[in-house]
Amino acid sequence: MKRAIVALAAALLLTACGPAPSISTIDPPYIDTGIDPDSWVTIPAGEFPYGQHDAMTLVDYDYEIMVTDVTVAQYAAFLNTALADGDIYIGEFEAQIGEVVQNDEGVGGFYPGDPFDGYDHEFPIDAGDYLYVPFAEGLRIRYEGGAFSPIEAYTNHPMTMVSWFGANAYCQYYGWRLPTEIEWEKAARGTEVDANGHGRPYPWGEEIHPNNANYYSSFDLFEKMFGKLGNTTPVGFYNGKTYEGYETLDSPSPYGLYDMAGNVWQWMGDDYPDQHYRYMRGGSFYSYEVDLRVWKNNSAGPWYYSPQVGFRCARDQ
Amino acid sequence: MKALKQRWNYLFCSTRGLTLVAIATVALITAIWGTLSGPMVEWGVRDITVKLLGMKLVPAEREGRIILLYHTIAMAILAIEVYFITSLLPMKRHEQVSINATITIGYLTVVIFGLAFGYFGRNFVFHGLFLLGLSLVFFAGLLLTAALWPWKKEYRLPPDSPYAHTKNGIDLERMAFFVMAVSTLISASFGAITGSYWGNGHETFLAEDLIRVPHKLVLQKAIIGHLHIMLTLIAIAITLIVGRWMDFKGILHRIAMPLMGFGTVVITAGALSVVWLPWAHITIYVGSVFVMLAALMYVIFSWDKLIKEGTAGIQKPTFFQKIGALLRDPLKFGPGWQMVFMNFTVSGVGIFMAVKLDEIFRVWPHREERITLTGHWHILAALIATIILFYYGDISRLKGKARKWYGWTIIIMSDLAFASATIFSMKRLFVDEINQQPLVNTVMLLMDFGLAMVLVALAIFMIWRLYDLFRANGFWRQEYLEEEKAAAKAELEEQQRKLEELKAIIEEVSE
Repeated sequence: MKRAIVALAAALLLTACGPAPSISTIDPPYIDTGIDPDSWVTIPAGEFPYGQHDAMTLVDYDYEIMVTDVTVAQYAAFLNTALADGDIYIGEFEAQIGEVVQNDEGVGGFYPGDPFDGYDHEFPIDAGDYLYVPFAEGLRIRYEGGAFSPIEAYTNHPMTMVSWFGANAYCQYYGWRLPTEIEWEKAARGTEVDANGHGRPYPWGEEIHPNNANYYSSFDLFEKMFGKLGNTTPVGFYNGKTYEGYETLDSPSPYGLYDMAGNVWQWMGDDYPDQHYRYMRGGSFYSYEVDLRVWKNNSAGPWYYSPQVGFRCARDQ
Repeated sequence: MKALKQRWNYLFCSTRGLTLVAIATVALITAIWGTLSGPMVEWGVRDITVKLLGMKLVPAEREGRIILLYHTIAMAILAIEVYFITSLLPMKRHEQVSINATITIGYLTVVIFGLAFGYFGRNFVFHGLFLLGLSLVFFAGLLLTAALWPWKKEYRLPPDSPYAHTKNGIDLERMAFFVMAVSTLISASFGAITGSYWGNGHETFLAEDLIRVPHKLVLQKAIIGHLHIMLTLIAIAITLIVGRWMDFKGILHRIAMPLMGFGTVVITAGALSVVWLPWAHITIYVGSVFVMLAALMYVIFSWDKLIKEGTAGIQKPTFFQKIGALLRDPLKFGPGWQMVFMNFTVSGVGIFMAVKLDEIFRVWPHREERITLTGHWHILAALIATIILFYYGDISRLKGKARKWYGWTIIIMSDLAFASATIFSMKRLFVDEINQQPLVNTVMLLMDFGLAMVLVALAIFMIWRLYDLFRANGFWRQEYLEEEKAAAKAELEEQQRKLEELKAIIEEVSE
């Protein structure tokens, strides 16, 4: 009996410690989803149910928002033109995060800073140069021969490993901006409310199925390659097509936006008083399904970058 | 019919039977509701449970459901602790009966209607009955507080008593229980008042979702204070209970009990003053030091006692003989060990978080900070549950190999799970996101394996107890008769004491 238990425990440990590829070591196959990452949709002015408790909230202007997250290819193109324009540069970037200094080599540029209120746990974000993307493991862009280029397999995956400064700079460069939380949520869930006054919890409707979105242990194509934690999927992946035998459900938001739940968290543009945090929406391939509900958010300092955080832009009409 | 009546009496009129019902209830909730999260979701078990039982899991109502689930389990745990207290501390038989009856009806009402409201459609009659159940539990708390009144003459200790007492003979252990009970009632009121206001149109939230909100509402702060102090008070109660179980006494007891009583007051005041004082945390830390020192004294006493008992008859025991004696009985070693282990997985993590909040935890994304927070208090709750299982195993007459397997499985497997959960929650200290997968896979597996083994041990124990109930002369019968005898004896003593009192009054009046 004792031997059997020891053997079982050893087998479990061996199973757990077995090869589990990190998401930076294997390149997935390139998959064309057919969704154009350069497309935008207009969100018309009007009320919509905001937050978990469906507070009817008015957005009194029309605005446009990207149909997909910004892709690796789009971001590489931005880096090339912005570098040529002298808006960004390559170097060592130092961020003072409270009492800790974080140094990263990568690409960055100037940010004019945030108002500082000196509230509890608030860190000042002064005017200065900040890191956009680090030259670090997980970055899906190469810098060779003076030019940036996407790693082929990830061309149409969402841009990740990008700080809030980097996401903001991308949108600003083209005269756009990051969406606010309210704008993002309206684009994600639409205006529809049911008989009880509740808005939809997921962009596509009331329930979530693993084939709706890329989240933790959703058994998507990439989880077979990378294990349960998975990896990003190409933007617009969940559009009803079947890829290499993996069937997806068409899961756009009421306005036709893709990846508004799962895949990567998306940086928001809001800078709230008394705090330095920037907020994210949507959940990621690391998230449990509860964090894919449209009202859930996440937050981090604007210097934070991660393989599970990306962004999309909005613009005024 | 007689057989049924006897079993009914055992299950609902004896401490061991009532505890068995409550543990079985929590085990059943754990078995069913445990399938709604974690690996059970990945394996598709949740969908089966939902379909089979007809649950309605509306995504927007998840936070409310979780709050209901916490309350149902918490009420059952409170009931178990109350059963232990009414059996361990001297009180009148009618007090014991009325307290136990009230809390039993209360927690069962909470469990049945709380879960029905949360998971099977929002029928507001069920919500009303859920609140009624909570009110009954509160009322039982009032009765308990009255029964524990430490200034009663009959509960005073003689001057040479080895237990902590004042010059007037007031039992300081009873005082610590009393203070804990009063603090619990006050803290429950904080939750009840705020909760009722929430029910009138305010919004449900989970505290861990609000940690980075710079300006929290007063009612939100009240809820945060309430949930923290309630778990702390449950932990204090179980520490006092195991002290009684191990017959904690002597010099350490005399130091520990005032510390425990005073610490309970300070920590409660600190947790509740979160509502209006920005420096409330300092008060909480001060209170925690007193409470934890008292717990440390219990650990020293109980381990010393186990060593002395285990090496009795050996003239000069070696180090290894002492260790062997300490580890001889996992059920009695377990509570002290889990309290020590708690420092690594709960207190240590909490202190580290407080000290390094701005340097580390607030630099992480909110989701990571949230995992650490929820992780460490889930572990505390589970540690308390294991201590309850040790005590219940002991009073259920587990003996020999069964006792050792049951005890060691709970200790080793729960600690494996809790250590893994702690590593998981603090993983960002050791590994970055891009390379975390092997570590996450390993600790998740160990966590699930450890918890599964604890649940298997509990399931086997419960099945054995269920089987025993079908035996005409099972352990249940012996336990029941034993308690009946003890109760009758206590009642007789009480009546005799009362008789003496009445005689004295008559004599006094006649004179």
